[in-house]
Amino acid sequence: MRKDSKDISKKIKKLVEKASFSLRYDLKKVIGKAFREEKQKLPKQALGWILDNAKAAKKGKLALCQDTGLPVLFIEAGKNQNITYSLVNKIKKEVVKYYQKSYLRRSMTDPLLRKKPKYKGIISHIQFSPKIEGIRVTLFPKGFGSENKTQLKMFNPTADISQIENFILNCIKQAGPESCPPFFVGVGIGGTADQALLLAKKALIDRVDIANSDEYLDSLEKRILRKINKLNIGAMGLGGKSTALAVKIKKIPTHIAGLPVGVNISCHALRSATLRIK
Amino acid sequence: MKIINISQDKGAIRKLKAGEQILFSGIFYTARDQAHQRLVEAIQTKKKLPINLENKIIYYCGATETPPDKVIGSCGPTTSNRMDLFVEPLLKKGLLAMVGKGRRGQEVKVLIKKHKAAYFLAPSGCGAMLSKFVLAKKLICFPELGTEAIYRLEVKNFPLIVGIDSRGKSIYKL
Repeated sequence: MRKDSKDISKKIKKLVEKASFSLRYDLKKVIGKAFREEKQKLPKQALGWILDNAKAAKKGKLALCQDTGLPVLFIEAGKNQNITYSLVNKIKKEVVKYYQKSYLRRSMTDPLLRKKPKYKGIISHIQFSPKIEGIRVTLFPKGFGSENKTQLKMFNPTADISQIENFILNCIKQAGPESCPPFFVGVGIGGTADQALLLAKKALIDRVDIANSDEYLDSLEKRILRKINKLNIGAMGLGGKSTALAVKIKKIPTHIAGLPVGVNISCHALRSATLRIK
Repeated sequence: MKIINISQDKGAIRKLKAGEQILFSGIFYTARDQAHQRLVEAIQTKKKLPINLENKIIYYCGATETPPDKVIGSCGPTTSNRMDLFVEPLLKKGLLAMVGKGRRGQEVKVLIKKHKAAYFLAPSGCGAMLSKFVLAKKLICFPELGTEAIYRLEVKNFPLIVGIDSRGKSIYKL
């Protein structure tokens, strides 16, 4: 048990550091490509800063962004795995510990009393999946510059796909330069209102440099991305082609009377890390 | 690229034009939501302000904790327009400029023009890189606010883009 506990502690340390200090490999690839392809001076400068920042963060063991987010945990168990109260509690405690040891920001506070910010207030989602082995933990520190632009719309079941596309485009327009473009756009379609938003968030964890395995969603993602990049918001809102670098869509069955669509935007510093702990 | 290296040079700042890139050397005071609310409450209830705002520059920033071997942790800008409703009383007290990220409301552009102030954009989501341009950090007031307290930052060659110039012209089309 003690060895197990030390092992988990080590892994959570790695998870917190990886998510906070290093730009995801897939993001580095797509941001690098956007930098090379951008012709306009100011947005190119902005993309260059993002790449410089990734180097500075890694080298100095510094948070990529001072908004080290509200830490969202996804704890997933495969077949024949048990998730216990003490395991979840241990994981949460270790995240708080390594947020502190990594000098990340105390960003959580009472929503109404707004007392001195703390590390406590992690949100954890526990789920089971037949597709995975063992127990997997994903840490997704969500910054609020982009979280504040989250939107949900309950469409009619007979709504046209173009109405959904327009809704997503409007979300991006409203997010604008404030939410640190280039964006990564998570979209959840189906389920209930809460599940659509959760799905939108989960979509952001998937690699952004590989195509959706669902052909219909893949072409929808590409079409929406093309439309977003005609908005001319651009990196840091300074114009150019890179308003978003990926749209990721997930869907689950919904009720015959409804069509929930949730949109969760991430800034260019989309941070997440996943590790198997068992 | 223009380099402004005179601390709080009113004349130089007023000459800048929206869209220009500069490297700024001087003093920033960090303040975000809670500190703004307190400053404005103090002004409205005619209490003494913990800092004199005359000719000062406010940076909308809440840095991470400071690692022991560094001057400051990651320290990029937060979204400026949440502070829009607090801008007028601060400009009336002589505030010279604001530094943050994103668009401002129409009313802020008008106020900036009226007070010949300025609004700068700092590279957003680049807090690790920006920490290299901070030479010193000192707590000024509201320690109970944690990261939202007011800190005095001495910065050198800090990269900025002029977001709204003293004539009220903005880099963003609203």
